[in-house]
Amino acid sequence: MQFAIDLGFSPEELTAIRLSLRVGFWAMAGSLPVAVLVSTLLARGRFWGRPLLNVLVHLPLVMPPVVTGYILLVLFGRRGVLGAFLADYLGIVFAFRWTGAALASAVMGFPLMVRSMRLSIEAVDRRLEAAAATLGANRAWVWLTVTLPLILPGIIAGMILSFARALGEFGATITFVSNIPGETQTLPTEIYTLLQVPGGEAGAFRLTLVSVAISVAALFASEAIAQRASRRAAGL
Amino acid sequence: MLSVAITHRLGGFTLDAAFDSEGGLTALFGRSGAGKTSLVNAIAGLYRPERGYVAIDGEVLTDTATRTFVPPHRRRIGYVFQEGRLFPHLNVRQNLLYGRWFAPRAAGGSDFDQVVDLLGIGHLLTRRPANLSGGEKQRVAIGRALLARPRLLIMDEPLASLDERRRDEILPYIERLRDEMQVPIVYVSHSIPEVARLATTLVVLSDGEVAAIGPTAEIMGRIDLFPLTGRAEAGAILATRVAAHDEKFGLTTLTAAAGELRVPHLDLPVGTALRVRIRARDVMIALHPPEGLSALNVLPGTIAEIAGGDGPIMQMRLDCAGESVIARLTRRSVDSLHLAPGLKVHAVIKSIAFDHHAFAGAKPGAATSDAEIADG
Repeated sequence: MQFAIDLGFSPEELTAIRLSLRVGFWAMAGSLPVAVLVSTLLARGRFWGRPLLNVLVHLPLVMPPVVTGYILLVLFGRRGVLGAFLADYLGIVFAFRWTGAALASAVMGFPLMVRSMRLSIEAVDRRLEAAAATLGANRAWVWLTVTLPLILPGIIAGMILSFARALGEFGATITFVSNIPGETQTLPTEIYTLLQVPGGEAGAFRLTLVSVAISVAALFASEAIAQRASRRAAGL
Repeated sequence: MLSVAITHRLGGFTLDAAFDSEGGLTALFGRSGAGKTSLVNAIAGLYRPERGYVAIDGEVLTDTATRTFVPPHRRRIGYVFQEGRLFPHLNVRQNLLYGRWFAPRAAGGSDFDQVVDLLGIGHLLTRRPANLSGGEKQRVAIGRALLARPRLLIMDEPLASLDERRRDEILPYIERLRDEMQVPIVYVSHSIPEVARLATTLVVLSDGEVAAIGPTAEIMGRIDLFPLTGRAEAGAILATRVAAHDEKFGLTTLTAAAGELRVPHLDLPVGTALRVRIRARDVMIALHPPEGLSALNVLPGTIAEIAGGDGPIMQMRLDCAGESVIARLTRRSVDSLHLAPGLKVHAVIKSIAFDHHAFAGAKPGAATSDAEIADG
């Protein structure tokens, strides 16, 4: 058990840690506005396509990650329908880049983010919004000054869930953007790689500890922030 | 001036009501389910009625004929909800100032200190709504609506969720609001004591329709409306003035056109105008000026009308020097005394019947705090 006390990270391992954090952050940040919009539509919207949208959002949760990854590859690969368009006109490339890893993580974490936000939006007392309207606030102001502060705990919880999911994402990522050191090799894929080579256990164990530490810290942070926000929303 | 006409179907219920208000406090009175809240929600623009017209001071806010519908945030109608609806994430000061961000600067109106002072909420400003009592919440809600500089203030049963003590705590503030602020008020209530005390104009709603509208004393004095105004609490309103205090017995003498009333001590200066509600069930009828009777108040009058059909209880209205006094009697008494319109009689009222529900804007002395009992 000699490796257990040796926490000196190799450069590759440090790269994987940094990359994972970057992928997790952008997966979370990128999906945030979309998730707020979609969860509002699902919680409040009355349109015919709502059940369909609901199923679509939840698909990544129930499909095999490999399938999600493959669909992303078909859509956003270099020759994919959307991928070619984005590359040609906007210069955004996902295939075999860290941005692709972020996209895969975002898609996989999206249902969790939306669920958390949707629940908090549904819990908002709409009579408070009507009260704000009688005080002169238009819909945008009502949303900013009443709805948003009240759903903030749900938004934060959703962000943390998405971030944590991104750090653990494996199947869809490896299918979509492969496992390229320094570009798409995140913590889970690096651990997987280390376990495939003789003598890699020490590195795998170190990264496992890092993975656990980040997850625990994220959960504690989310709990603390959400508690503060919900106390505030409850008027304490 | 407010002008309202609304027709709207909600399931099996149809609201079809219209009224005008010249200012002051207009009370919409009726049982629950009479359509009061639907009517004020239409005024506030919280929904689009099927057919309807709402205008304040000539500005049309809703007119289905011309497809006019001003959204609620541009109506400048303050709304005090039954449950307060304070924003839980803001403290009292932030709640109070919420509407001010959006109110036009030129609107003038009441300033912060004046409203805080009027409602007695200065010591609550840094608190959160969760740490307020029900009465405090309602006062803050009233202040919040006022500070948005409204042209009209709607109050939807603002006291219904409070116990009696809290209610008595807030009523004086609403009276001051009515008398000191220049904002007309539409006040929804199903409570006779509240309406009798506060309303300048009374609109009686029944099954979604306006059953009667007029000055409060006039409507309360109509015995044909008794089934709607509530038999137990109904009664005529007299406009009185404090005439003298009797220190020895702890009584106060009030004068009205109908005569003198002696009531338990009121802590008010001589000359103060006071509305007194005499509940119909507290009034006895005597054919002659009674002698050897403990009751202190005897008002001579003429029977103006008798109603009640074939039931055991009948209502009669007396004309006492131009003012109405309503009495509730058994049909047996009406029969045995041969009471009929035109007959000169005397209305007898126990002083003790004047409990604190009977007065507007005054708290009677301790003697009456338990005097809910009244033998008709």
